[in-house]
Amino acid sequence: MLNHTESSPNMNINVNKAAPAAVLTSRPASKIIEIKGLNFYYGKTRSLSNVNLDIHEKQVTAFIGPSGCGKSTLLRTLNRMYDLYPGQRAEGTIAYRGRNILEADQDVNMLRAKVGMVFQKPTPFPMSIYDNIAFGVRLYEDLSKGEMDERVEWALKKAALWTEVKDKLGKSGLSLSGGQQQRLCIARGVAVKPDVLLLDEPTSALDPISTSKVEELISELKQDYTIAIVTHNMQQAARCSDYTAYMYLGELVEFGETDQIFMNPARKETQDYITGRFG
Amino acid sequence: MSTTAINKVYRKRLLRHRVGIALSVFAMSLGIAVLLWILATLLINGVQALTPMLFTQTTPAPGSEGGGLMNAIVGSLMMVGLSTLVSTPIGILAGIYLAEYGEENKLAQVTRFVTDIMLSAPSIVIGLFVYTLYVANVNHFSGYAGSIALSLIAVPVVVRTTDNMLRLVPNSLLEAAFALGAPRWKVAMMVRLRAVKAGVITGVLLAVARVSGETAPLLFTALNNQFFSADMNKPMANLPYVIYQFAMSPYDNWRELAWAGALLVTFSVLALNIISRTLFTQKIPN
Repeated sequence: MLNHTESSPNMNINVNKAAPAAVLTSRPASKIIEIKGLNFYYGKTRSLSNVNLDIHEKQVTAFIGPSGCGKSTLLRTLNRMYDLYPGQRAEGTIAYRGRNILEADQDVNMLRAKVGMVFQKPTPFPMSIYDNIAFGVRLYEDLSKGEMDERVEWALKKAALWTEVKDKLGKSGLSLSGGQQQRLCIARGVAVKPDVLLLDEPTSALDPISTSKVEELISELKQDYTIAIVTHNMQQAARCSDYTAYMYLGELVEFGETDQIFMNPARKETQDYITGRFG
Repeated sequence: MSTTAINKVYRKRLLRHRVGIALSVFAMSLGIAVLLWILATLLINGVQALTPMLFTQTTPAPGSEGGGLMNAIVGSLMMVGLSTLVSTPIGILAGIYLAEYGEENKLAQVTRFVTDIMLSAPSIVIGLFVYTLYVANVNHFSGYAGSIALSLIAVPVVVRTTDNMLRLVPNSLLEAAFALGAPRWKVAMMVRLRAVKAGVITGVLLAVARVSGETAPLLFTALNNQFFSADMNKPMANLPYVIYQFAMSPYDNWRELAWAGALLVTFSVLALNIISRTLFTQKIPN
């Protein structure tokens, strides 16, 4: 009791102190990922230079910029996906919940279980719809049949796919349409209850109806997860994100609240890009 | 540009197209004609010996009437069966190894190279190899020796198809599995191998088809057995050898049996090929 009353004023002071310093006064959210001085190399080619950026918890952060600007590369450093390919390496620090994940002793499998990813093209595994969801869950959790059934249903409901597939869970994931496959992949990513969800152009292969379903989903998922999304579609960034980062030629040009970036960008390059005068 | 000029260009192209198609159809029909010819000859000459006796009686002694191929059929099935059981797991696991580590690892690159050489190695050399290494040491021909020789022929076929199939799996699918935090062996076995299951089975079936017609490696290993024997540690009768021996003989019933044996082997190989094709086309990886 005493402790509690003692710490409360301190916390208030902290918040008050921090608020004016941060650009983002309206949404006080804690930083879940802090990127500092990040450089990335494909062999000898440098494709990210000195990127500094914070990703806030339970917020949607969008990455926009022309092709080849490094936004997908940046996303792929957050779950160390680049580790699969020899010759690709990252320098700098990416602190995820305070720990630098770029360190060699980071268990990448554990990291990826916490920081999930959904890709541009739907990639259902060659197994049933049910097993597509259960595959990831089984890697880290030992659930009974009943619990697994519940989890599969929960994940498919989260991804707004349950009603369409509940009668054919035993059918191959490949039998679904493109939009359904992508939602299956999102359900698969959600099912393992990650902390952060990385979406790499998740709607670029989808028709407008599927796209709007996935976008609704993003705002729904934001309640529980931190989301980072790469998109070529500026309207999409404007519609579903809280923060936007504009990147160009491997550098972070501007980062801030989405409203501010779109309504009143600080940099001329950003304005040119979002108004379509360049890109 | 006048329409007649365009028509001239178009007509020229059309002519070239027709000539091309005609040549392709001709080449294709040559191949098909030879195949049909072989099948027809086999059917005409072999069908009269295709009686129940073929499967119930053993190969006849010189000069005796009738007889069948039971010992040779059973011997072939046992040796091909054993070699399939041995070569399938080895071949698939080696194929996975090559697909997983083939790009970055010297040992894997050497293995892939050696596999390619083994694929085109004359089968008689493989027979001689097993003869020197095994038969000459135990001092007798045997079904086991035959199976070893057949396995050595089958393994590179399975390795190559498994490796090729696995490398067709798009990186995006593997990344999706890694993105869930799956360890490499799980991704390899449960996602990558599964995605091309049909193709890998096709490879196994093709290997079975390949070895079931092999004669040369069995000459020095299993030899032949005039009597029925299911003991794989003894010389063993087999269809290719019996066909070879009986076809050259002066006895009419032997030659008839040789035709029937050839018919059996050819049509089983054909059936295996057709099965593997349908399997593969049903589930081609995207």
